[in-house]
Amino acid sequence: MAVRTDSPSRGVTLSALILPLGALLSLTVVAVGLVFLADKNGANNLLGAIYELLGNPAAAMAVRNGVGDQVLAKLLLAVVALISGVGGIWLLYSTVAQLVSLFRPSLRDRIMPWVFVLPAIALLIGWLVYPGVTTIVTSFTNDNTGAFTLQNWLDLFKPASLGILFNNLLWLVVGTGGSVILGLFIAAMFDRVKFESLAKTFVFLPMAISLVGASVIWGLVYTWRPAGQPQYGLLNALWTGVGGRPVDWIHTSDFHINTFLLIVIFIWLQTGFAMVVLSAAIKGVSTEVLEAARLDGASERQIFFQVIVPIIKGSILAVITTIAIANLKIFDIVFVITGGRFDTNVVANEMFVQAFQFFNDGRGAALATVLFIAVLPVIYINLRNLREQGVGA
Amino acid sequence: MTAPGRAAVSRAEARTAWVPLLMRSLPLKIAVVFICLLWSVPTLGLFVSSFRPAQKITQTGWWEAILNPLQAGQWTLQNYQQVVGSEGMGNAFINSLIVTGPSTVIPITIAAFAAYAFAWIKFPLRGPLFAIVVGLLVVPLQMAFIPVLQRYSEIGLNGTFLGIWLAHTAFGLPLAIFLLYNFISQLPRDLFESAAIDGASHYQVFTQIVVPLSIPAIGAFTIFQFLWVWNDLLVAFVFLGVGADVRVLPTALYQLIGSRGQAAHVLTAGAFLTMIVPLVVFLLLQRAFIRGILAGSVK
Repeated sequence: MAVRTDSPSRGVTLSALILPLGALLSLTVVAVGLVFLADKNGANNLLGAIYELLGNPAAAMAVRNGVGDQVLAKLLLAVVALISGVGGIWLLYSTVAQLVSLFRPSLRDRIMPWVFVLPAIALLIGWLVYPGVTTIVTSFTNDNTGAFTLQNWLDLFKPASLGILFNNLLWLVVGTGGSVILGLFIAAMFDRVKFESLAKTFVFLPMAISLVGASVIWGLVYTWRPAGQPQYGLLNALWTGVGGRPVDWIHTSDFHINTFLLIVIFIWLQTGFAMVVLSAAIKGVSTEVLEAARLDGASERQIFFQVIVPIIKGSILAVITTIAIANLKIFDIVFVITGGRFDTNVVANEMFVQAFQFFNDGRGAALATVLFIAVLPVIYINLRNLREQGVGA
Repeated sequence: MTAPGRAAVSRAEARTAWVPLLMRSLPLKIAVVFICLLWSVPTLGLFVSSFRPAQKITQTGWWEAILNPLQAGQWTLQNYQQVVGSEGMGNAFINSLIVTGPSTVIPITIAAFAAYAFAWIKFPLRGPLFAIVVGLLVVPLQMAFIPVLQRYSEIGLNGTFLGIWLAHTAFGLPLAIFLLYNFISQLPRDLFESAAIDGASHYQVFTQIVVPLSIPAIGAFTIFQFLWVWNDLLVAFVFLGVGADVRVLPTALYQLIGSRGQAAHVLTAGAFLTMIVPLVVFLLLQRAFIRGILAGSVK
């Protein structure tokens, strides 16, 4: 009996020491991995180091100078990335949790919550809160002198900038409205056929496609060739097929045609999302309510607009909010297809151009802050909901 | 196995019962099929074009290839060979894998720990800190770019994988914490009380109870974050840049458009290459995929 009670207790002390030590050791390995990953020439240096360890300095030299097997070096780096990135984070938590559990209970209980939340809080403050505040300050700062200025904000009221804001308004109204309305009608329509889930897949599939990929897809649709040449863009093929002259759609800003065509890409991507959410909401409307309406002699149109739509109002609002936020930040489609030229510019694209191509940090910061101001109402609503739910109680 | 199918059918019948006979029949079905076609045709055009020889693409519309699929010289794999090899998309594909793996798993891990603490451990400032998380949910990433890039340049993190992992991790955290909190806080209180009576530590409760029970939520967010990172152009452009050794697929595709904008055969193959992984994920994991998209939709 004595042996039995003894051995587990010794096992506990042993594991309590081995685990932290072992984890610290593994962390060192992870740290070495991170050194290579933080290195701009990491892949080649890593393979070089391995060749040296294997006693092949000539190959090491070749790899370091960029003539070795680049793909092998890349793949090795990918493995190191996954081990140190994914393994590293788990090791970090288990090591620290083990170490803290060695403290006396009262101290341990006070420290432990912070072991759990501090990494998240630190990242949020370091990468979002602090930069966010800095960006607002930068928007009021002269890039060259560092002095306080309102110029970056006043510039937003010049005609060119107002044109950008107008385009965003167009995007917001047409893009959000188009996606939500189409999503609602498609959801209602598909609800009535038996191959519903298959049909939904088709409309939903674009959600998996990147905005850059979608831009190439639709770039092909909008392609233009001079009259007399074969039109391999679908839109111009149809247009000339019904007797029109080929149009250079993307470069035609009359009536904002090109902006509308860019918005079509957004609608194509977002309708699936609206459809899925609203379809779930429509299915949530009880059959009894619908039957009661039918008994009262309501027409199909009346049932849809006066019964179903009011009942799923909450879902519609949520979809509008979500799509509107994505819409405000729209960047890729414009950046890829027109680069903001031909009167198609939007705030997020102009922000990128000012900050990272012209290095006008102040202008870029002011434009970023415009996007921030635009989502402030949503932040307010989210925080108000949080307080109503009494989270943390 | 038949029970759910039968239930679905009867549900569909109950639904359609109130639709007039005319609407239920052919016109409605035709309209539905038409919408499905409308939504697929652009992607189909890209897919078909990517397998056509360069000179054919600009001579005839891609629909001609579908009409005459057996014509000699109609199809080729040349475009893909060129994109993967000389255009450097193969390299970008590997870079995308390097960026996406850790950028997906690290935020979920960190967020799960934090979400558990916010939901089940009492500590000072818990309410205000969680309010910060919720407040950050919809903040545009543009607010962070300029200062973070400046700090990165000072310490040499710009253009490194480590730098973009950290950026994607931080940017994905608010949503990850929020969603996992919603899920973890709904777990039954008894679980945690009996674990505490058994003397389990928070770390043990987390790894042995919370994580296994939260797999649905974790899975949904994994898919969402994976897609977001894989398809992201903006963050990768700002923090990784366009260097051939580090650029990811969307960046490579963007550059391809710039340098080979008229070369439809390369562009279509390149674009389809960037879409393969998300499309496979979509087709294999459609339910979890939809859950992820829905859950992550506020981003």
